[in-house]
Parts: sequence; C-alpha cells; structure tokens
Amino acid sequence: MSYIKKVLTKLIFVMPLLVSAAVFAESSDYNMSVGVTEVSKSIFELHMVIFWICVAIGVIVFSIMFWSLWKYRKSKGAVPADFDDNFWLEIGWTVAATLVLVWMAVPSTQVMVEAYDDAEGEINILITGHQWKWHYEYLEDEVGFFSNLSTSQEQIDGEVPKGEFYLREVDEPLVIPTNTRVRFLITGNDVIHSWWVPDFAVKQDAIPGFINTAWTNVPEPGIYRGACTELCGIKHAFMPVVVRVVEREEYDDFIAQKVTLAEAERLLTSKNWTKEELMERGEQFYNTNCAACHQANGAGIPPVFPALVGSQVVMSDSAKQIEILMEGVQGSAMAAFGDSYSEIDIAAVITYTRQAWSNGDNGDGVIVTPKDIVDYKNKIDL
Amino acid sequence: MSTVVETHDHGHHGPAKGLSRWLFTTNHKDIGTLYLWFSFIMLFTGGAMAMVIRAELFQPGLQIVQPEFFNQMTTNHGLIMVFGVIMPAFVGLANWMLPIQIGAPDMALPRLNNLSFWLLPMAFGILISTLFMPEGGPNFGWTFYAPLSTTYAPSTVNFFIFSVHVMGVSSILGSINIITTIFNMRAPGMTLMKMPLFVWSWLITAYLLIAVMPVLAGVVTMMLMDINFGTSFFNAAGGGDPVLFQHVFWFFGHPEVYIMILPAFGVVSHIIETFSRKPIFGYESMVYAMASIAILSFVVWAHHMFTVGMPLAGELFFMYSTMLIAIPTGVKVFNWVATMFRGSITFETPMLFSIAFVALFTIGGFSGLMLAIVPADFQYHDTYFVVAHFHYVLVPGALFGIIAATYYWLPKWTGNMYDETLGKLHFWLTFISVNITFFPMHFVGLAGMPRRYPDYALQFADFNAIISVGAFMFGLTQLLFLFIVIKTIRGGKQASPEVWEGAGELGLEWTLSSPAPYHSFSIPPQVK
Ligand code: HEM
Ligand SMILES: [Cu+2]
Repeated sequence: MSYIKKVLTKLIFVMPLLVSAAVFAESSDYNMSVGVTEVSKSIFELHMVIFWICVAIGVIVFSIMFWSLWKYRKSKGAVPADFDDNFWLEIGWTVAATLVLVWMAVPSTQVMVEAYDDAEGEINILITGHQWKWHYEYLEDEVGFFSNLSTSQEQIDGEVPKGEFYLREVDEPLVIPTNTRVRFLITGNDVIHSWWVPDFAVKQDAIPGFINTAWTNVPEPGIYRGACTELCGIKHAFMPVVVRVVEREEYDDFIAQKVTLAEAERLLTSKNWTKEELMERGEQFYNTNCAACHQANGAGIPPVFPALVGSQVVMSDSAKQIEILMEGVQGSAMAAFGDSYSEIDIAAVITYTRQAWSNGDNGDGVIVTPKDIVDYKNKIDL
Repeated sequence: MSTVVETHDHGHHGPAKGLSRWLFTTNHKDIGTLYLWFSFIMLFTGGAMAMVIRAELFQPGLQIVQPEFFNQMTTNHGLIMVFGVIMPAFVGLANWMLPIQIGAPDMALPRLNNLSFWLLPMAFGILISTLFMPEGGPNFGWTFYAPLSTTYAPSTVNFFIFSVHVMGVSSILGSINIITTIFNMRAPGMTLMKMPLFVWSWLITAYLLIAVMPVLAGVVTMMLMDINFGTSFFNAAGGGDPVLFQHVFWFFGHPEVYIMILPAFGVVSHIIETFSRKPIFGYESMVYAMASIAILSFVVWAHHMFTVGMPLAGELFFMYSTMLIAIPTGVKVFNWVATMFRGSITFETPMLFSIAFVALFTIGGFSGLMLAIVPADFQYHDTYFVVAHFHYVLVPGALFGIIAATYYWLPKWTGNMYDETLGKLHFWLTFISVNITFFPMHFVGLAGMPRRYPDYALQFADFNAIISVGAFMFGLTQLLFLFIVIKTIRGGKQASPEVWEGAGELGLEWTLSSPAPYHSFSIPPQVK
C-alpha cells in the first residue's frame, strides 16, 4: 500500500509537467488551432498567455500545498501551530490576485476590440443555418446555394471505411477570395445554430429573427473546416462548415459561373417538364433534403416525423402538399422550403413523393410542375 | 395507532415502524437520509446515461444509439446530475447536519420538510417517464434553449416543464426551511460569526435558491405558454426573442452553478481543519468570500452567451465581472492551503477527497478564468473545453465535496467507522479515473470537438477512446462506494462521539453520541 502511495504521489507531481509539455508541443491535436488570420493568431497568443499565467499560479499554490502536506504530516510528528488569521496576508493575496487579473484583462480587451468590428465588408455573405445544413448567399451577386454534409450514411453506420474528412466534408463549400475583407451576416431559419471556423476564429450564433455579423480576412488559400456548435436537433453533428479560400481571379470565375447557372435555372422554370425529368430531379432533392426526417423509404419516424407513404395529403391533395412545402407546418420541425429553393426543386420533389414507393399506384398520381409553384406564389402575393 | 399500548416514556419517541417511518417522517435525520439515498439512486441513474453517451463516443461512427436517443441521454444526464444528484445531496447533508451543528432539536418546519423531499421522487418520476413515451424525452440539452425546446420540441416537453416546476417548489420550500432554522433555532451563544462554515455556506446558498428558482419557473412557464397558448416570448416569427430565453435562463443558471458548489466549500473547510488539527484560516474572510461570490454570481450570467452577438460593451462588462469572481474564489483556495500550512496532517479518506477537491476544483477555476476571456471564448465556447471546465468544478468539485462529507459524517450517522482501506482504495480509483475522463476533454475541446455531438471526426478518436475508458472506470468505482456505505451501515468498528481526533472542539455535532440519537439537543446547548 505505502509503495503504491509513493508511486501515486509522484504521479501527481509529474502529471502537470506531462500535461504542459503536451500543450507546449502546440500541435493542433492537443491545442487550439493557431489559425491563419490576424485575429485567430492574436487569440491564440492570448490563449497561451492566460494559460501560462494559470500554470504559474497553479505551480505556486500547488507546491505550497503539497509541500505543506508533506512537511506537516502528523506521522512525522508535526505539532499544529495555533494561528488562524493574518490580516495583512489576506489583504496581500487579494491585491495580488487582482493585479494578476488586471494583467490578463488588458491584452484581452485589446484583442477583443480587434476582433470586434462590424464595418461593411468588400464581400458580404448571408449565412443561414437550417436543420441541418448551411445556406450561403452572396449579397452583391444575388447567388446562393446550400452546403450539405457529403459523408455517406454507410460511413456513419460503419458499413464502409471512413474517409479522411469523415463528417468534415460538404457537397459545396463556401468560396471566398484571399486578402479581402469578407463580412458574414449570420442568421437561423428554424432553431439556433452556430457557425464556427476555428482557423478564422469566427464563431457566431445563427439565431432566427436576428442577423449577427462577423468578419474575416484570410491571407492564405486553402480549405478550412469547421462545425455547427449550437445544439440544433438530431443532425447537429452532421452539418459541417467548409470554406474554400481561393485567389481573387478564381473567385471571380466561381461567381460568374454561379450567376450563369442561376440564370439558366430561371429559364428552366418556364420549360415544359416531363414526369421522368421531375422524378429524377425530385429523387435527388428528396434524398438530400427530406430523407433525414421522412427517411429514404418515405416511412418517416412516427410520431415525430410523419410517413409520406400512404399519407392522404401526398396521395390525393396536391394543393395542400404545395402549401405545406411552401409555408412549412407551424409548431413542428417541418420547415418552409418556399423561400430557400427554386420552383423546379419544389415541384420536382412533390411530384417525386406522389409517384414514389406505393403512392403512385394508390394515389391520384397528379404531377406538379414548376409553373404550378409559380402560380401558387403569384396567388399568395396578390 | 391509538390502540397501541405505549410502553416507552413520552417525549422520546423512536422512529415509527416500517414504510410509514419514511413516508410520514418529520424527523430531520430521517429526511436527510431520504434525500441522500434519493441522490445516490439518481447518481447511478444519471451515471448509467453517461455510460450510454461514452459507449457511443468510444469510436467515431454511430454504433450503439441513434442521435435522437443520444440527445435524450445528454439532456437527461445533465438534468438528473444537477437537479437530482448534487442539489438533493446537499439538501440531505443540510437536513442531517444543520440542526445538530447549531444545537437545534430539528428543522424549523418539519412537515414542510417532509413535503419538500417527497416532491422530488414525483418530479423525477415524471421526467424519467418521458423517456418511455413514444416521442421520447427532452432532447434539447439541459440548458433547453428555445426554440429547439419550444416550437421544435417533442410534446413530452410539457412533462419536462411540469417536473421542473415541481423541483423548483421543492427547492424553494427547502430553502425557506433552512433560512428559518438558521435564523431562529441557533443555540444560545451561537452568534452569526460563530456559526460553522457549512451553516454559513447553506445560509447563502438558500438565499440564492430563493432568488433564482422563481426565475427558472418563470422561464419554463413562458415556454409552456409559447407551446400551448400561442404566445411568442421566444418565437421570432411572432415578434419574440430567442435570445431572451438565454438571458432569463442564465440569470438562473449562473447562480445555480454556485448553488452547486458553495455547500461543498463549507464541507471541505470543516474537513481540512479537522485533519490539519488546526482551526480554519481566515474564518471571516471565508464568510465574506462566499457572500461576495453569491452577489457577483448575479451579474455574470451572459458569460455563457458571448457568441450570441452582444454589443462590445456588454461583452467587456461580462468578461470583467466574471474575472472578478475569481478573486473570492482564489481567496478561498489560499485560505485552505494556509490552514494546512503548519498543521499536523493525517490522510483519512475524507481528507484525501478534500485535498483532491482543492487541487482539481482549482483546475476548474483556471479553465473558468480562461473561458471568461471573451476573445478566447470564441474558440472555446460549446466545445469539449467547456465540458472539461464544468466537469472539473462539478465532479472533483461538488461531487467530491459530497463524497468527502459522507465519509466524514458517516460514523456520526451510523455509529460505525467505515473501512479505511476500502475508503482509500475508493479514493485512488476515483481520483485516477476522474482525471483520465475529464483531463483529455480539454485537449479534444481545444483541438475543436464541439459538445453534444453523437459522432465526430477521426482526429478526435484517440482521446475519446481514453475518455470513455476513464468514464467506465469511474462509473464502476462508484459501485465500490455504494458497497462501502452499505457495509458501514450494517456494522463496523464502533465510532466514538468525537469520531476524529480532536474534533470534539470543532463543532456541536461531535458532542453527540455516535450514532446521533434520533432526537438531539431537545435542551439547547450553551455555546461559549
Ligand atoms: C473561477 C470561477 C469560474 C469562472 C470564472 C467560470 C466561468 C465560466 C464561463 C465563462 C463559462 C461559459 C463557457 C462557455 O460556454 O463558453 C462557464 C461554464 C460553466 N461553468 Fe463555470 N466558471 C467558474 C466556476 C464554476 C463553478 C464553481 C461551477 C459549478 C460548480 C461552474 C459550472 C459551470 C457550468 C455547469 C458551465 C457550463 C454550462 C453549460 O453551458 O452547460 N463554473 N464557466
Ligand atoms: Cu456561469
């Protein structure tokens, strides 16, 4: 027993050393990422300063404590002294603690003022958190898109090996240019999310009804990965943030391409869509945006997420189904998709759910076209 | 009952027989025992949920539970540990010890006392039953941020709200009782500044409870209205404000975290002076420190909300006020160390837990200080670094305080000494596993792992495996604690009245026989 005690006592002394050595390694597996922006670097330095101040205080206090425990143990015949107060000592350490805090507060305030700046950016991007994906909209160029997790369900379920960027990859990352002041306007569509990219030291809550701001200016091109950090429901862990930072020319190309695509999409709305075209597009949309709740086989997870297979609305009431997709269902997790997606996508997914599984055989099989959605929107606007 | 021939002398009723002793008891010792057992059962319930969480997080990928159930586990684990373990355990200690530390025959309001306890099994029965309902239990985190907990919640949220109301009533009644007892029932000669520190810590805690439990009741009532009666307190679509929820919640929430630590401060002060054989250093500054912590705790709440988008002035105000709290907290640590300095120290189990308390709670204080630095908090917030922080202050902090108190006073409660060798074994296993579990959480947090994630990226895998192993070890070790407690109740070396060498001088509880008689201090002692 006493041998074990000796070993353990040693361990207690050695542990803080091991720990600080590990942290000192400054590897990002153990420590905060240094990041790539001015702000993230200042924050990292601040973090290390306060960390070392804490270590120093800890070393002093714990050495006195463990030394006292050792020196004044009764088994070595220690006799207790009988003092129980010392006014000046009390004043002394209170003042000392205050001074240390002021020492910490000064750089903290400086970094805070540096990080906090809500002036306009050269590029302004509206970031909207949805259950469970991010939507990015370039305000100057009026183009936008969703960014979904691209890790497959099979990887999550362990049916196939996990890739290098497991849970940190998306179908379409946010793209921003280097050396440009980019301002993010961050909001939430349903519940509160939080948009975090550690390498930029930007973490800002995405709150419905509010628009928060954050900014960054990234000097180095690269792919930066982050996460949603506010509990937002079942798929909280499955809506990563990925930002691709590129040189200015590449960025301009990217935006130009997006603008052309959006233009083409607008033209497509007026085209006559066949059932097969709608089905194909609808299935894809369904699997990315609906299957999380209603499941790929349409069975839902009752009672929270209703089944679409055999649903009265999906089988025989297309007007009602359009309304639900456009406006959402108050008081439930069913969001309004109308504002966020194109008429084509809405029409396609409605058509898909009315044909898929057994619904096509058992229901009325009505096909909803993008024009129906445009009509619905015009009716509402009147 | 009236037909029973009463053979024993009046005025010295023993406990009633059988179940009715526990259902109808108004005796502070019985009620204390009930609270402590309740808390013990809840510890294993909440602990089992933690094991589910850690089993799922042992490896990346989803193996054991689905995210929906995982979220119910994290939520209920938090709620049960906070409201069902730490708080009831402290109330149990208060019930047992306050009357005999101040020389009172019982609590001031014994029937109310019975009610406060029996509300708790009801509240937790309701809460836990939701897990078996088709929609599942609360899944929005123990901080239940709106609108995830209102518009987007399962309908069982109504049960959750009711159960929080019931817990709140229980806490408020308990606090009224404690304050009344302390102010009216002290033995002659026991002035406020002669009260034992545990009594002081509870007096301050009880005021905190009375101040903030109604705020909690308010916020859940607003949720109830939003969910069922079409109001829009927290619904942006109806002109409400989701951030308002957080302000109100944390106005309750931050004092709540001190509710969970102040009584442990009291306990640890007694234990350190007992086993250092030297009176507590700076008694008065200990009292003032607790009082200032309590007052400051009302003006720091938004340090939980640094990323919601407050104006710069707000961020700075809450940073400075939070840093200020570190001063009285530091003073307490310095006082404990100064008490050990030049004492004559022995290392019985309660002392070991208390020393670990001082060391590890301080580590939690350091991470708290780091979290108070707003720009740095942008990186720490809602990662495992926060999880590490609050587990350091709550597990080796509050929970170690409770375990230490149990070893310290168990001989007084049962009349038997616990098994010292087993106690030490329990300590070392607990100490090692608690650090294996919670220390690496600092690293994964800094490296970027967000909290409340059922699945995570591959670079966090190694630390998570270590954490899970530590957690299972910690969980299993507490079965040893249960065994030791039961063993002590059933027998053991007879404890003397003062139990610990020299403790007779330290407090009125050590002047009573061990076990303490069912009715004590019917005639108040005189305190010099
Ligand atoms: C030196 C004293 C302390 C300071 C400066 C401090 C500071 C903080 C800060 C700034 C946060 C918010 C971190 C974030 O979410 O980003 C926090 C979280 C927390 N602290 Fe402390 N803290 C201290 C002591 C304590 C104590 C004594 C307890 C409880 C016994 C405690 C319990 C908690 C809990 C439970 C949370 C997390 C709540 C949640 O988000 O779930 N803290 N602390
Ligand atoms: Cu707090």
